[in-house]
Amino acid sequence: MDKFTTLTGIAAPMPLVNIDTDMIIPKQFLKTIKRSGLGVSLFDEMRYDRDGNEIPDFVLNKPAYRDAQILVAGDNFGCGSSREHAPWALLDFGIRCVISTSFADIFFNNCFKNGILPVVLPQEAVDALMRDAENGANARLTVDLETQTVTGADDTAYRFEIDPFRKHCLLNGLDDIGLTMERAPAIDSFETQMAQARPWI
Amino acid sequence: MTQHAGAPRTLYDKIWDAHVVDRQDDGTCLLYIDRHLVHEVTSPQAFEGLRMTGRKVRAPERTIAVPDHNVPTTWDRETGIDNEESRIQVDALDRNAREFGVHYYPVNDIRQGIVHIVGPEQGWTLPGMTVVCGDSHTATHGAFGALAHGIGTSEVEHVLATQTLIQKKSKNMKVEITGRLAPGVTAKDVVLAIIAKTGTAGGTGHVIEYCGEVIRNLSMEGRMTICNMAIEGGARAGLIAPDEVTFTYVKGRPHAPKGAQWEAAVAWWKTLFSDEGAQFDKVVTLRGEDIAPTVTWGTSPEDALPITARIPAPEDFTGGKVDAARRSLDYMGLTAGTPLTDVTIDAVFIGSCTNGRIEDLRAAADVLRGRKLASGVRGMVVPGSGLVRAMAEEEGLDVIFKEAGFEWRLAGCSMCLGMNPDQLAPGERCAATSNRNFEGRQGYKGRTHLMSPAMAAAAGVAGHLVDIREFAAQPA
Repeated sequence: MDKFTTLTGIAAPMPLVNIDTDMIIPKQFLKTIKRSGLGVSLFDEMRYDRDGNEIPDFVLNKPAYRDAQILVAGDNFGCGSSREHAPWALLDFGIRCVISTSFADIFFNNCFKNGILPVVLPQEAVDALMRDAENGANARLTVDLETQTVTGADDTAYRFEIDPFRKHCLLNGLDDIGLTMERAPAIDSFETQMAQARPWI
Repeated sequence: MTQHAGAPRTLYDKIWDAHVVDRQDDGTCLLYIDRHLVHEVTSPQAFEGLRMTGRKVRAPERTIAVPDHNVPTTWDRETGIDNEESRIQVDALDRNAREFGVHYYPVNDIRQGIVHIVGPEQGWTLPGMTVVCGDSHTATHGAFGALAHGIGTSEVEHVLATQTLIQKKSKNMKVEITGRLAPGVTAKDVVLAIIAKTGTAGGTGHVIEYCGEVIRNLSMEGRMTICNMAIEGGARAGLIAPDEVTFTYVKGRPHAPKGAQWEAAVAWWKTLFSDEGAQFDKVVTLRGEDIAPTVTWGTSPEDALPITARIPAPEDFTGGKVDAARRSLDYMGLTAGTPLTDVTIDAVFIGSCTNGRIEDLRAAADVLRGRKLASGVRGMVVPGSGLVRAMAEEEGLDVIFKEAGFEWRLAGCSMCLGMNPDQLAPGERCAATSNRNFEGRQGYKGRTHLMSPAMAAAAGVAGHLVDIREFAAQPA
């Protein structure tokens, strides 16, 4: 997993609330057995018509946002399915940070496994950043994980909260599984206890 | 292991405490996983990860694999899967299951079906367990008083390799349904009414415990319908305290404990309830008597209304929901002010992990006995597992469905998400017993109205959405 430290980039505005994982990456793209290559299908049904032509109105098709690395999104982003294809598609497109007032739990969790930073901010802050994002390439946002801030076009910095363990893993690009494997003795002893306490499992 | 010795604990607290392997100072825990269910869509990258790092499946005996999302439901599926990508994915599961030695129900096994129907049916799901699967509807298993939730593929790999998950505890939310349900009102209506009240993000960050007289009086199958859609209310997991209904359902299933172990298990299971005075961070109460047969009109499960209502206008909402409602109405091809019962349909889908169990099929068949689908309406019944199908056939339900004009299919996820050929055509409108009405969910530009099996069957006969309470009163 790539580290996430700081990011300065173009933010694309997606004010729609409840953007679900079926919108982010529709089911026909879940048939892959790989993690890569999904960026071209990100937001497929909003982004392309039935013949595969780009829909010019869709934000990521606009020239100003083709290189967006940040999304500023409406409430409850990523609701629905557990498909990790959603963060894979975002990452493959180049999105490393999504800012919203709230995220669905499973999507939120999946982001951290892929070096994407989901930032939760209050409504007023998201509204201000959404206005910045609407200014396109002239309004780059800066996300600094170490200081836990998002800085808007007018240099206003918005501080966000993040779980310390997740922050540590993201800053250092750590592999969870490797970390947990080091705790094998604790897992062994838990299994031994459980075999006595709940042998039917 | 217990952090709150003595203090009243919720059901969630108790299951959590019983599975903490260790805990860091900031509250991050390593949680032991008792059952890991695996399907073909969210697991290939995880198994590949194990291969690339030379890791093994730590507890293959706790891991159960079954293909469900991609499998065709047509009767010729023994001859193979036409779609190349689907075939590759199902073949990959087959290879991975055999190579890593996990329990496995291949496509042509009578026990194959939707993973969340197979788990309980085979007795893999038991009260007090932790259950995970790379699928958000893992919440279903919470009906047994098991802490069950969906995970992404990275976590699938983590559980395969370590049989644990790195977790922080969620908050406790209580949803109580008091009193009794009126005739014609089912578990599906209850859960849609809950989501309509709490919103699709109402349970975010929480584990919901469903309780109250209405929940106690539901069968296990109804309870599974409720917990299945906890995720549609934003909660990764829903829970219902186990009781005699649970124990009766579990007893005798292939992987349920037997003999002395059964007695020991039940003794522990009986301690799994929220203590008097346990603290909940959020409490929502609904009166059973207030719940009507409920349907969705929009493209979020929170867009649910009593069948007696009219299609709302964007202006009826506030904030970001105004634009979302406008977009939904446009997508759904609906006009504000139209009575829901005037909405005509083109298709009926009966199945899914929400409503693909035997009681669901019986409820739909009861409505369809001696009746036919309206002209121009197509219908599909997809049992949740091969065993559900066999039971339905033994009861003659398949004949009722076929005589009514429905297609009778083999088990799978099917048109709930349309990863196989079972999809809506653009613009086609479906009365569906599934769980999500998202844009494109059942097929590109397909339009989904969620409802109970009886309501979906009745809509098929009438050709439009109907109030089952009035419909049922008419002679067939």
